[in-house]
Amino acid sequence: MGAIAEGLRRVFELDSELWRIVLLSLEVSLSAVLLAALLGLPLAAALAVNRFPGRRGVVVTLNALMGLPPVVVGLLVYLLLSRAGPLGELGLLFTPGAMVVAQTILILPIIAALARQALEDAWREYDEQLRSLGARGMQAALTLLWDARFSLITAVLAGLGRAAAEVGAVMIVGGNIDGVTRVMTTAIALETSKGDLPLALGLGSVLIAIVLVLNSAAQLIKDAAQRRFG
Amino acid sequence: MSASILPLTLDNISYSSNGQSIIDGISLAIEAGPSTIILGANGAGKSVLMRLMHGLLAPTTGRVRWNEPDAASLRRRQAMVFQRPVMLRRSALANVVYAMAVAGVPAAEREAQALTALDEVGLRQLAHRPARVLSGGEQQRLALARAWALHPEVLFLDEPTANLDPAAVREIETVIKAFDAAGTKIVMATHNLGQARRLGDEVIYLQAGRVMERAPIEQFFARPATADAAAFMKGELPWA
Repeated sequence: MGAIAEGLRRVFELDSELWRIVLLSLEVSLSAVLLAALLGLPLAAALAVNRFPGRRGVVVTLNALMGLPPVVVGLLVYLLLSRAGPLGELGLLFTPGAMVVAQTILILPIIAALARQALEDAWREYDEQLRSLGARGMQAALTLLWDARFSLITAVLAGLGRAAAEVGAVMIVGGNIDGVTRVMTTAIALETSKGDLPLALGLGSVLIAIVLVLNSAAQLIKDAAQRRFG
Repeated sequence: MSASILPLTLDNISYSSNGQSIIDGISLAIEAGPSTIILGANGAGKSVLMRLMHGLLAPTTGRVRWNEPDAASLRRRQAMVFQRPVMLRRSALANVVYAMAVAGVPAAEREAQALTALDEVGLRQLAHRPARVLSGGEQQRLALARAWALHPEVLFLDEPTANLDPAAVREIETVIKAFDAAGTKIVMATHNLGQARRLGDEVIYLQAGRVMERAPIEQFFARPATADAAAFMKGELPWA
């Protein structure tokens, strides 16, 4: 405990530098969550509502991709964005943009797969009613997304948790450059390898606190909304 | 609006699921006018027959024909109320408005008409209450309001009062009578004989996926054509 307290004291001594790291972490992870939700939720709704040949294969693949190792994603994005790579001209490597791309790829399957399950459960209830009313395709999918919105919070939170916690992908494509691409997890890895365990512990405590606050807030919103709307 | 979508003609339709026959060669015509009650024991195939008529299921063999070739127009001019209504996670009013939006009612007209429909079923004062926290009876009345707002030519009702208390049943039967009075063709599945008598003009008696008898309601109750229908009524009478 003493080490954590010492670490926390040191963390708060970092002030401006610390806040830059914290803000960049939030910026990168929240951007990735936003992008992954924008892409993943419609994908999940389409999978929940439509029946087509090969659907089972897509669902199994999506579920399997939830276990994508961050370092592998980092490596793939690195190859794509490196100067000689197909997207090298964008000049994104070792920028926060590259970290957002890598985390989006990492958590897209998590959000899409968990949302697909929640939406499919809801669809079992809604299917006949919506078809009876004449809602189909896109319209039915959008209705389903809106009506299942509270259950989808859990899927999005799982994505956020993964993005905030991973170190492998952001390390490879961001490079942990001080003041440019250093985030909480890469800072912790660096301090640990330097042997400054108290500072690493302090940073870790701040990271956990942030994740806890974000999750609690989302949970409170979800509970209140569910009580209100049934 | 063109001529009526009725008659609805079932042309030797069968339906089986996982190799089990549920509807077994039914041919009949549903005409405009008299309220039709589909009567039969649990498992006789009432719900599946209603879904085949309403187009939620496709028959394994045979054809379902309406006097309207356009599928969208056909969908728009019929409605169904299920045994367990599914309410969207929004207000009672918004549920009715949603159905009207899907049906293509111009946005400017929706709210006023939806409120009229809620009035009709006695839910006006609950218009802004979230639909999913309403009681079972209120939800079923909301389902009827959702149908009312669309002025359907045909209303299918699948055991609309199963699991409801007597007061709620009375309220719902009143609304169903109002549909009938407004000229909507009622097709209702039930195993409640009292309700069949109160609301129906004719009975289609179903057993094991086949139509055993079709008769005017008084005739059916006075002189059932089959021993099976007689036994069904005897068994059911205590709850009528």
